[in-house]
Amino acid sequence: MKLVTAIIQPHRVDEVRAALEAAGVKGVTVSEAAGYGRQKGHTEVYRGAEYTVDLVPKTRLEVLVDDADAATVTEAIVSAAQTGKIGDGKVWVVPVDDVARVRTGEHGADAL
Amino acid sequence: MEEFTLDSGNTAWMIVATALVLLMTPGLAFFYGGMVRAKSVLNMMMMSFISIATVAVIWVLYGYGLTFGSGDLIGNPSGFFGLNDFDDAGSLAAGSGVPALVMAAFQATFAIITVALISGSIADRMKFGAWTVFTVVWATLVYFPVAHAVWGGGLLGWDNPITSSSPIDFAGGTVVHINAGAAGLALALLLGTRKGFGKEPMRPHNLPFVMLGAALLWFGWFGFNAGSEFAADATSGRAFLNTVVAPAIAILGWLLVEKIRDGKPTSLGAASGIVAGLVAITPAAASVDTWGALAIGFIAGVLCALAVGLKYKFGYDDSLDVVGVHLVGGLVGTILIGFFANLGEVTTWAGEGEDLVPMDGLFYGGGVTQLVTQTVVALIAVVFSFVMTYLIGLAIKYTIGLRVSEDVEVSGIDLAEHGETAYEEAK
Repeated sequence: MKLVTAIIQPHRVDEVRAALEAAGVKGVTVSEAAGYGRQKGHTEVYRGAEYTVDLVPKTRLEVLVDDADAATVTEAIVSAAQTGKIGDGKVWVVPVDDVARVRTGEHGADAL
Repeated sequence: MEEFTLDSGNTAWMIVATALVLLMTPGLAFFYGGMVRAKSVLNMMMMSFISIATVAVIWVLYGYGLTFGSGDLIGNPSGFFGLNDFDDAGSLAAGSGVPALVMAAFQATFAIITVALISGSIADRMKFGAWTVFTVVWATLVYFPVAHAVWGGGLLGWDNPITSSSPIDFAGGTVVHINAGAAGLALALLLGTRKGFGKEPMRPHNLPFVMLGAALLWFGWFGFNAGSEFAADATSGRAFLNTVVAPAIAILGWLLVEKIRDGKPTSLGAASGIVAGLVAITPAAASVDTWGALAIGFIAGVLCALAVGLKYKFGYDDSLDVVGVHLVGGLVGTILIGFFANLGEVTTWAGEGEDLVPMDGLFYGGGVTQLVTQTVVALIAVVFSFVMTYLIGLAIKYTIGLRVSEDVEVSGIDLAEHGETAYEEAK
């Protein structure tokens, strides 16, 4: 099993969710995140005073998938989240030892 | 004794105007509260709310007497103790048929908001207890005397020994805004800068609050300006219209500066422009025609937008620009009366006996007399308020202390001083 984590632009969440559904993904966890990458934040001006906002708001998506689906799901997220502008985010995949479904107590692939 | 005849129309308007002006102080709490960081919004708003509490109480005890009681230097603190034995025929609003009690309630709201305005310069870092004591001491030693001097027949009023014409301060350019602005500067200098001032971002945490606050202030300001006529008549209509016009064009002036200087017109700029325009038209509301109101509003919008940058240049942390908006805006309005006063159009003043009379402005054929009068009175108020506030601040600093500890400031004054936080995650 794999955990696919994506940091994307908040305004692409709906598109990515639709793409995940189309790819057969049954569940996703979404949370608010903030950070910076190569874009290094942005500047805002308040009453003439310029402030650098280092941490830009992003959305974090987490999806648990079968090993075989990891590549497809990653591509689905990338293509749906892409705007081509700096700050589009990142997607990464890590191995998962075990998953348990709380309601039934199932483990492993059955719990996905 | 003169006969007092109640005028129900004027009285009804003044009661409504009083409620409008009182609403300005909670409005100011939103205006200021939105501009600070999330960890100190409650303290910021509480500084306005506690001003309502303390100043209203001392107003009925001795504030009204100190302000409107007779006396050259100060009023008469014990003359109206408790505001129970009133002589309707003896009050300033008697000619309009408005009972003295209504006049006293109306003027209480001015004292309250003047004190609350100062809190903008000391955001995030003043002990709440020290602020509470300050509200009482400052109102007593600065607001009441200045209001008496200008409006109570004192040293800066209609029969003063200093100027050669009667100063014009219709609704409080000197009494409220110059007074609060100079006090804000003194207190900000005494408290020192916030930790990280000019280096760390201190972005306003809730701009919609700021715009809501500006809207409430504008709404309440109709009571402030049009109510200062003490009657519902053509002059209050003039003040009302000018209070529509000046802030409107001040928005344009402020945004124009931002567009040229910073590239984008901001919502904070629009909200600030409203307040700058309101401040500047306050003293002039009934003494300038529509052209004058347009000119004063625009100039105030532009100058205040430029003035808010001074604190970075000179290194004083006037956190929410009490100096840049209220002192500068108050001076702009007060001094521009010397150019734009058009009393032929809108006069209400008629000098009695030995009283001085106000003159038309330089652009309306009155010469420089009124300009000199306005400038002299404004500068006296700046110096008096600054020096007195500095002394009061020093006294509090060396007794109960002015400033919270650095730990409290960094972790957030709301939790330390009030035991609350405004939001679950207050940064």
